[in-house]
Amino acid sequence: MWAYLERLWHRLGSPRHFYDLAGWWLPWLAVSSLLLLGVGITWGLLFAPPDYQQGHSFRIIYIHVPAASLALTGYFAMAVAGVVVLVWRMKMAEVVLQSIAVPGAVMCALALFTGALWGKPTWGTYWFWDARITSMLILLFLYLGVMALGSAIASPVLAARATAVLAIVGAVNIPIIKYSVEWWNTLHQPATFKLTEKPAMAPEMYWPLLVCALGFYLFFAFVVVLRVRNAVLEREAGARWVRELAGEGR
Amino acid sequence: MSAFAALFRRDLALAWRARGDLVNPLGFFVIVVSLFPLGMSPDPALLARIGPGLVWVAALLAVLLSLENLFRSDRDDGALEQLLVSSAPLPLLALARVLAHVITVGVPLVLVSPLLALMLNIDGEPFGVLLSSLALGVPVLCMVGAIGAALTTGIARGGVLVALIVLPLYIPVLVFGAGAAYAAGLGLPFAGQLAILGALLALSVALAPFAIAGALRISGSQ
Amino acid sequence: MSANDLLLRAEGLTALRDERVLFRGLSVSVAAGEVLRVEGPNGAGKTTLLRILCGLDQDCEGRIAWPRAEAAGRPWREELLWLGHLPGLKSTLTAEENLAWLCALRGRAPRRPLREALAMVGLAGFEDLPAGALSAGQKRRVALARLHLEDAPLWVLDEPFTAIDRAGVEALEQLLAAHAQAGGAVVFTTHHAPAITSRSLLLGKAA
Repeated sequence: MWAYLERLWHRLGSPRHFYDLAGWWLPWLAVSSLLLLGVGITWGLLFAPPDYQQGHSFRIIYIHVPAASLALTGYFAMAVAGVVVLVWRMKMAEVVLQSIAVPGAVMCALALFTGALWGKPTWGTYWFWDARITSMLILLFLYLGVMALGSAIASPVLAARATAVLAIVGAVNIPIIKYSVEWWNTLHQPATFKLTEKPAMAPEMYWPLLVCALGFYLFFAFVVVLRVRNAVLEREAGARWVRELAGEGR
Repeated sequence: MSAFAALFRRDLALAWRARGDLVNPLGFFVIVVSLFPLGMSPDPALLARIGPGLVWVAALLAVLLSLENLFRSDRDDGALEQLLVSSAPLPLLALARVLAHVITVGVPLVLVSPLLALMLNIDGEPFGVLLSSLALGVPVLCMVGAIGAALTTGIARGGVLVALIVLPLYIPVLVFGAGAAYAAGLGLPFAGQLAILGALLALSVALAPFAIAGALRISGSQ
Repeated sequence: MSANDLLLRAEGLTALRDERVLFRGLSVSVAAGEVLRVEGPNGAGKTTLLRILCGLDQDCEGRIAWPRAEAAGRPWREELLWLGHLPGLKSTLTAEENLAWLCALRGRAPRRPLREALAMVGLAGFEDLPAGALSAGQKRRVALARLHLEDAPLWVLDEPFTAIDRAGVEALEQLLAAHAQAGGAVVFTTHHAPAITSRSLLLGKAA
């Protein structure tokens, strides 16, 4: 078992083997995520009961919660990849780190957008400085910083290391930011409704949410793996196996 | 003389020889704050309420602007290379560099802020709390900002990039710093916020030098 | 040659710049007593190689070891003195003040008074002038004064002879030879061919 894991780790560390392995995963990820998303969203939007206070507008959580959760997970995943980049100097971690940034930022923007849509019927305004939404906005800023830094440095190795440092610093900061924003929110004006905060959610609302979340995570993994494969080809463009691959396709 | 002390003294001497430049962040600080009464309303009650936030935002921007050259001049004349090949621990050298910046830029900003607080009609308890929060918070801004400055040192036009990288990281400091003075104005307890700022200061002094050192090694490779 | 004489050993160095290979799988070792000249046309990667050896450029693959420092349990940077093509002087500080902070980075007292070292590189009387007021050649000499002050065994010098007059070049050549003779080692790049070179490394043969 251990030997198998170690072998897998080494294979994942080599761009070429990663490319082959990941090509194998892609169809599975695509099919399973589409299936789960289809089931979860249909269930959540059509069959789950309406909320007794918010009516049908609560159904946005089937998109909003998975997107928000992924945005946060994505940032921490970048920080973990960053540690691997800085400590073990692993090439694949460099690629993974940079491939997460854009999809993570998109999830963050999606969470903000759906939050605003939900805000209109609930608070009567698209934007409200709710603690969670504000935290999400700051997370989007953190993503923008990582993306801007990564694209400003020409050398892929150095760009990856610089973004690794920034992602780690950002990840250390996220709990502090979250705490500060919550305190700031209670100081100024506690919101009456909170998106996603339900003391006890009914199981018939909860199960479709879980299915949706799983579907979102698999879809995110699909996108990241796809981007990693492209980035590997770009970075290894001079290597023989890539040139052979290109010749094969012709 | 240890490497830390030598670099610290060097930076103080450099700042002293170019002391005219030290006035710039202060001028920026004062001008930005005085724009707000002009842009909104000179109503003393309004200014007293939003004043701490204005002073904090202006101080934050002044620190940010002052950071752009923190490592850039060292890079341009080759001094950064000599810091990087030094056998002294690089985080320690980074700490000396930022400490000198705190003394030459941060402390003057804190010393000017009472003047701005008076102009914004902040007095009584919020006045003292605002000053204490700045005294604790501005060094944190310098430490954290230096990470961004170090990361962008190798990039030709890194000015806007530093802001994009550093400003989100500044948010907790802003929230607790301005919030402490705001809470004092409402008669709410504020000691907790000042304690948190102190904790952030300790945390940033302990951890930021390592991030700065790592960032400098990356920037030095470009 | 015993392992103790080996100051630096680099293996499998590969550097790419803008998708162009500067060198691939390059191995370099420097032993005590050697004067190694890195040669090659412009853009062959001479400066890049020196910077990689000094740990200044991390955008490369390969392994660098410092056998003697490792055997003695010393940080390898203590063995190294690097002079790049930028002299590292702050223009508002005087020549002497610049030497003071540069030498202090090593954490050990300089081998002789700073003014004496400045006199040895022909800058007597210029000690108190800000570095910004010195000519390019004089700035280079201030940086070279560190060779008289610090006691690192391996000197890595990028184009040390630029902007220096003929007398200065001769003195520097003698200094490098004496350093190697005393058990030190030198790695340097230059466009003229000094007689002191004991070994050459040619980069960019294909170019």
